[in-house]
Amino acid sequence: MLTIVDYNAGNLRSVKRACDAVGLESVFTQDAEQVARADRIIFPGVGHAHSAMQTLCEKGLDQALREAVTRGTPVLGICVGAQLLLDGSEEGPTEGLGLLPGMTRRFALEDPALKVPHIGWNAVLCRRPHPLLAGLGEADELYFVHSYYLDPADPEHVFSVTDYGGEFCSALGRDNLFATQFHPEKSGRLGLDLLQRFARWDGGSC
Amino acid sequence: MLSKRVVACLDVRDGKLAKSVKFVDTKDIGDPIEKASQYYEQGLDELVFYDITASSDRRDIMIDVVEEVASHIFIPFSVGGGIRSVADATKLRLAGAEKVNVNSAAVDNPKLIAEISEALGAQSTILSMDVLRVEPSASIPSGYEIVIHGGRTRTGRDALAWAIEGERLGAGELVVNSIDADGTRDGYELTLTRRIAEAVGIPVIASGGAGTPEHLYQVLTEGRADAALVASMVHYGHYSVGDIKRYLHERGVKIRMGW
Repeated sequence: MLTIVDYNAGNLRSVKRACDAVGLESVFTQDAEQVARADRIIFPGVGHAHSAMQTLCEKGLDQALREAVTRGTPVLGICVGAQLLLDGSEEGPTEGLGLLPGMTRRFALEDPALKVPHIGWNAVLCRRPHPLLAGLGEADELYFVHSYYLDPADPEHVFSVTDYGGEFCSALGRDNLFATQFHPEKSGRLGLDLLQRFARWDGGSC
Repeated sequence: MLSKRVVACLDVRDGKLAKSVKFVDTKDIGDPIEKASQYYEQGLDELVFYDITASSDRRDIMIDVVEEVASHIFIPFSVGGGIRSVADATKLRLAGAEKVNVNSAAVDNPKLIAEISEALGAQSTILSMDVLRVEPSASIPSGYEIVIHGGRTRTGRDALAWAIEGERLGAGELVVNSIDADGTRDGYELTLTRRIAEAVGIPVIASGGAGTPEHLYQVLTEGRADAALVASMVHYGHYSVGDIKRYLHERGVKIRMGW
């Protein structure tokens, strides 16, 4: 059973629909207790990092997520859900959950032809093997929509990069924690495959 | 590097798929969900649904369409037509639309763009504009005027200035639709698209006039568009989405090929 953290994140229902489509059972919850005890957690997010963090704290979900990660629960963060795993974000600005060292920063691109938000399909280039990225080829593209990018402090936490006026981190993680800047729920078959791999993942790195 | 996007546009009236020619003659051409699924299988990058339902009491049908689409199609899609308030936008967003398009209502009330952007985020807020070529004048220096209500009403607003204003108000993306080119299948309005794409820092989706894959090539290169919208050329089976993407790929346009 997948527990989807419900904190009024925009893509919540999209994530559930994608899970339904590939036969994965999932529930939404706003209940901190339920998150802390979950078998497997999807931490989605679209929208503003600051207001997202505020909602998490109001509901005690910040603490629940930290507890779950410490317990070894497999966690998949998506987009703003990935950004909030870091120490903080320039969007707001706001503090993050501090589960991984680093910051979320606004794109500052030199090439005026490169637009912000970074919207569309882009290649995810694996930098170190991870069970959730298994099967992704060099030419495979996933769907992105964001104006801020992940900048983890430890290169060991970077599992993939994507090129947009320079390389940025598109998937990061550590142990039982994994998160993507792209949206698996909007990335066609490749994204649905990733969700299925997450449902089977034991939380190990390789 | 980011790929250029091929976006299919489905005009939906009373829950059925329709296609207009120069915004006047509309005819039903089938079930929107069936078409959308077909394009998804063919590797389409994104979808836009325009609700052209005339009567407001039938608009809730669109919510059903959106929910159905969102349960079957796992690529981004946006919905436009008749969005007049943050509540309208939020309802569509919750039904599963990634983004919403505002058009006429934003011209009447520009604050709407800021309000939707605030509520849903810039990435979910698309400003669509219908543009008519006119003689340049003091009030329309670019020679491109914004028209509303499906192209019937001229607004006296300069399209280039409106694009910049839309970005400032919080739109995350622009759809630039040429009324002159719409439905002609003679190609996109390249000058208009390029001028707007170069004037703003947000992505531009070119719309109106696609008839051949060559037209998409032109607008994605010379026209500087980030995405190209297609309608009748795929709806009537002249080309498949796969044909178009292969053509663009072969011509060296960065395009998503595996799916």
